[in-house]
Amino acid sequence: MEAEEIPVLPRGVRLHYDHIREIWVLLAPERAVTLDAVGHAILSEVDGERSFGEITQKLAEKFNAPVDLIMQDSAGFLGALRARRFLDVSS
Amino acid sequence: MTTAKTAPPPIAMLAELTHRCPLSCPYCSNPIEMALQEAELSTETWTRVFQEAADLGVLQLHLSGGEPASRRDLTDLIAAAQKAGLYTNLITSGIGLSEKRLRDLDAAGLDHIQLSLQGTDAAMADEIGGYRGGFDRKMKVADWITKIGFPLTLNAVLHRRNLHQLPDMLKMAETMGARRIEVATVQFHGWALKNRDALMPTLEQAKETTRIVTEARLRLKGRLVIDYVSADYHSKYPKRCMGGWGSTGLNVTPDGQVLPCHAAQTIPHLTFDRVQDRPLADIWYNGSAFNAYRGTDWMAEPCKSCDRKTVDFGGCRCQAMALVGDASATDPVCQKSPHNAALQAQANTHAAHDRASFFYRSAPGKTPAPTE
Repeated sequence: MEAEEIPVLPRGVRLHYDHIREIWVLLAPERAVTLDAVGHAILSEVDGERSFGEITQKLAEKFNAPVDLIMQDSAGFLGALRARRFLDVSS
Repeated sequence: MTTAKTAPPPIAMLAELTHRCPLSCPYCSNPIEMALQEAELSTETWTRVFQEAADLGVLQLHLSGGEPASRRDLTDLIAAAQKAGLYTNLITSGIGLSEKRLRDLDAAGLDHIQLSLQGTDAAMADEIGGYRGGFDRKMKVADWITKIGFPLTLNAVLHRRNLHQLPDMLKMAETMGARRIEVATVQFHGWALKNRDALMPTLEQAKETTRIVTEARLRLKGRLVIDYVSADYHSKYPKRCMGGWGSTGLNVTPDGQVLPCHAAQTIPHLTFDRVQDRPLADIWYNGSAFNAYRGTDWMAEPCKSCDRKTVDFGGCRCQAMALVGDASATDPVCQKSPHNAALQAQANTHAAHDRASFFYRSAPGKTPAPTE
């Protein structure tokens, strides 16, 4: 994932708070992916407008962590979602 | 209500809205004894069941049948499920859907469509579905689905007669813009069990299918996701059926029976509760059918001491019942089963029936009017 690329959740993929299990999940076609706090934080910033660079910059400030580390972790997480067609990317 | 929570809450529910269907595929997973139209649950009852499912922890609702589009209240049912907070997936052949109806489903909040594929041309698809014109109609429906923008999964059901069309099926999925294709080799339950001579793939076909899928997954990475259900009788280990009995999913039949899996009615000593009589959560946690094969306590050898027992949970209970006559036996697909060698031989015999014809599923219809 490049800094200028813009991630977006495609139609049919959405964040959902599971009140029964008290966790965040990503609902996708015939799948439900359990999200940890980090995964939820990353996806909460994905709005289809801001770039990967902008999102990770904001997360670095929010969590007071090095931006390189945030970029690396986020790229791995979003890349896995992209491979499953749960995330689209435009540039 | 007491709910001794012996299991986690279910993630998915399959709502079999009706057993009616314009197609009559010889591998239909519906039971041989189908529910009649007048026994089908009402819109109001399904609406209540969807809310009970959401309150129980179900996230994914699969609306299936038969052909779910045969229900005139399909749009109302999708709207009710959406209101309950469920992710809605319509499993359809496309027959019975018009562009107008699809737009209504869109407005009602339908999340995703799984469209079945019987073949890549009318000659093949219509022969398998037993419905002339079905393929052409399906292609129109696929166009409308794409135009409206629903996320689409193609469900390609494969067997000896159409396995050679797999490469074209993958191309079709790409052309349609499907995000996912399910490459599902027929599993032998329901009507398929009667059609093993006509449907059983050869061992060579099973191997070739795995090769094609492996190659296509690499080639199409990030474009098309391929879910693969391999040829069961030719496998070394059984499938983790339903993710483990009573652990992740439940089925509701058109007349309201709640099943741990779609074929569970073939196990004669099980009794099933109905949504009309008992709350869904009580059925899930305390129903006798759900607790019959939950976990591993019910297992005998070779499952009991096997290191894979929580990997595949001994495979499919219904298959053990159908092929070995004992629902608590190891699924004979497992190479550790004492019945495995016989099953392999049986598979090869079925696969060698070159000219076996289809035994089509019949329609449930209505009770004939009494004659005077």
